[in-house]
Amino acid sequence: MKKWKWTNLYLIFVFVMLYVPIIYLIAYSFSEGERMSGFHGFTLAHYAELFADTRMIQIVVDTLMLALLSSLIATIVGTLGALAISRTVRPLVKNTVLSLNNILMVSPDVIIGASFLIFFTALKIPLGFGSVLMSHIAFSIPIVVLMVLPKLQEMQQSMLDAARDLGSTNSQTLARVVLPFITPGILSGFFMAFTYSLDDFAVTFFVTGNGFQTLAVEIYARARQGISLEINALSGVMFIFALLLVIGYYFIQQGSQSRKAKHRKESEAIIHEAAH
Amino acid sequence: MKKNTATSLAFYVPYALWIVLFVIAPVILIIYQSFFDIDGQFTLGNYATYFQSGTYIMMTINSVWYAFLITLVTLVISYPAAYLLHYAKHKELWLLLIILPTWINLLLKAYAFIGIFSQDGGVNNFLGLFGIAPKQILFTDFSFIFVASYIEIPFMILPIFNGIEELDEGYVNASRDLGAKWSQTFTHVILPLTMSGVKAGVQAVFIPSLSLFMLTRLIGGNRVITLGTAIEEHFLTTMNWGMGSTIGVVLIVAMFIIMFLTGERRKKGAKRA
Amino acid sequence: MKRLISMAVAILAVALGLAFWSQDLQRSQGATGSNTLNFANWGDYIDPALIKKFQKETGYHVNMETFDSNEAMYTKIQQGGTSYDLTVPSEYMVEKMAEDKLLIPLDKSKLKGLSNYGASFMNQSFDPGNKYSLPYFWGTLGIVYNDKFAKASELQHWNDLWNPRWKGNIMLIDSARDILGFSLVSLGKSMNTTNPTTLALAKAKLDQLSPNVKAVVADEIKMYMADNEAAVAVDWSGEAADMMASNSHLHYIVPSEGSNLWFDNFVIPKTAKNFKAIYAFLNFMTDPKNAAQNADYVGYSTPNDAAKKLLPKDVRNDKNFYPGKEVLDRSEVYRNLAPKTVGLYNDLFLEFKMYRR
Repeated sequence: MKKWKWTNLYLIFVFVMLYVPIIYLIAYSFSEGERMSGFHGFTLAHYAELFADTRMIQIVVDTLMLALLSSLIATIVGTLGALAISRTVRPLVKNTVLSLNNILMVSPDVIIGASFLIFFTALKIPLGFGSVLMSHIAFSIPIVVLMVLPKLQEMQQSMLDAARDLGSTNSQTLARVVLPFITPGILSGFFMAFTYSLDDFAVTFFVTGNGFQTLAVEIYARARQGISLEINALSGVMFIFALLLVIGYYFIQQGSQSRKAKHRKESEAIIHEAAH
Repeated sequence: MKKNTATSLAFYVPYALWIVLFVIAPVILIIYQSFFDIDGQFTLGNYATYFQSGTYIMMTINSVWYAFLITLVTLVISYPAAYLLHYAKHKELWLLLIILPTWINLLLKAYAFIGIFSQDGGVNNFLGLFGIAPKQILFTDFSFIFVASYIEIPFMILPIFNGIEELDEGYVNASRDLGAKWSQTFTHVILPLTMSGVKAGVQAVFIPSLSLFMLTRLIGGNRVITLGTAIEEHFLTTMNWGMGSTIGVVLIVAMFIIMFLTGERRKKGAKRA
Repeated sequence: MKRLISMAVAILAVALGLAFWSQDLQRSQGATGSNTLNFANWGDYIDPALIKKFQKETGYHVNMETFDSNEAMYTKIQQGGTSYDLTVPSEYMVEKMAEDKLLIPLDKSKLKGLSNYGASFMNQSFDPGNKYSLPYFWGTLGIVYNDKFAKASELQHWNDLWNPRWKGNIMLIDSARDILGFSLVSLGKSMNTTNPTTLALAKAKLDQLSPNVKAVVADEIKMYMADNEAAVAVDWSGEAADMMASNSHLHYIVPSEGSNLWFDNFVIPKTAKNFKAIYAFLNFMTDPKNAAQNADYVGYSTPNDAAKKLLPKDVRNDKNFYPGKEVLDRSEVYRNLAPKTVGLYNDLFLEFKMYRR
């Protein structure tokens, strides 16, 4: 009993650590001052300013749309890539492909941004939403591969053999056995890609044009003038929204989940049995 | 080995296309640029500069050392967290809540840390309650590694959690039943079985940490200069793209070496079951 | 599989909804394409109310994209692919862009507000005769101090920074030209020095400052100074004004032996298309009333003398933000140096940062 409590304390500690800066940010969105130092008394003025700022709202909408689309496509391509890598037998080829995969992760954003800019202008691809989308997909793919690949490697060969023995075709094996098994990896990949897209500033700056702007670019560009608390208010709104979405989604899922989990366990049991 | 060629092709093509267009093409461009000096003349001088001046060698050592520290701290914090999460109620919800902070802009979070760690900030005010004089927290290795780890923790917890999820409770119980101590069960059963998740987490943290640049300035006060800082400077201040690319090439080569050293070997083939 | 597909479909649907919303917002802001002015500006560097007023008065739509460094903006314009009509580089970048043929000369006959400008801000060395550029804001490099820890009399000259009293208590702005620049001035040399021996001397002197330096930071210096993190900072006047607004203990001094004089300037890049809108905008922004409103919002010093007269008395009489002629005469504007020299400045500065104790 004592141990149970102690371990929970650790988790609580980690959560508090993760959320302290965010609560700090949001707290200042209610400060009467102009900057994040010395709390000056309560006000909602920064929120009023935010909701009146159409340009800012448009930037937020564009940013979210971009992040959703790019991480969705990156997840699909990355998952396919991970499947392809896991089918590779020769370690040399595998390591080479994996290293190539990681190049965009190790290269600082300015290098990626500058080379993509040269690349797009050389191919006469107009700068704007399209070029930004392509770039975001490009730099999100490696993290998806990194998240999905371990799940594929864990998957027991016996499961695949069993499925084949039961007469499944490749595509059936994929749809019924492989994909359900690696789903947690795919979801992690999607969330990480989403994070990468939201946070990117340097690459987006170089490849954007035609009035398409993301939130990160706007925030970094404002640093020279000092970031106003309107941005804090915006982060507060987005954060609370995301929080409600996550919690709501989770509890809606909860209901059908228990049913599905049971179903999944059953089918897995069948496969296991057949394997022995 | 019967393969449905049509479906296999569908797997390989998009990913291969991505590698060719967005990885190999830019890398060729970077390598090409690394052979030009600031006036646009062909030269091998950039590489000579890199390997001859102690400054860049020291930067490289700094980068690797701090990336290692950040990865280590992140791992030490994340592994138990992921492990405990595995046994928690509503674990998927908690997991999502761990990702959520990463959606707030990095610069804003760094500014929040400046506020929290400054002489007048939250931590020092708290210490003041116990009569402890304000401490210099910012611009120390501690604050830099702390904030960098803070940023990276979700990227480490997630893959480890996924690794632990597949851990078959049966093995753990069996090991305990056979009279193994908890530490033995951990090193011989749990850790090896969750290794692939740990590996993914380490890669997801270590590789980007090598080229960290913004936090070194914001929180570290440019006390530590890493390769990322130098590249940033060469691209955006000096506009010496040649030298910046040279450092980029070195980073990529270093990453390749690390990947091959830690990568899969031949003996560990497909046969595990 | 089904779960994954339904998730993907849901994400697509949400993205599509956001796309429509974005379109709608775009239209509600009055953009139709042909009436648009594409303006690349520093972030938050213009009063949004003025943009609204301009759009209402003229019917043009301002499409603003932001950048955070001269060099990044330069790279984009040089590569093409953008359609910026107007941008705001710093003085040395105006010179570089003009040299690289990236600018279109101003048509003075279309400019109505030229007479509003103070003579001391026109015809600068970086753009003789204002062929390409019109100053937007200007300022100096100076010393910010916190009166809780320091007195004005202790910091009148650049050499005062070397006083051991400031051990570990000075913050420097992360800019090679500015930091080596004040070291050069303290040696009685020009901030545009190209002689490597002189630069090495300035670097050697800077190394002696090292024990006093707490950190070398960029924009976040405002945050640090406002939080009383250090007693002294070397920074630009615009940033100083900003931090002083949030901490009343802070003050700004321009050392009398000389400093840097900087300008941000309107220029028309070669990618420009909508010239009618450009001149309408420039005339709108140089109108004294609008320029004064903008200076009030941004907090930097305006080169528009007619607008300055409209500013509150305590602002326009503040000698640190509108220094007298004698200080201006001793101050230097940065010239665009050869790439090799820029490289040398940065290498020396990088070494200074690397081996700091």
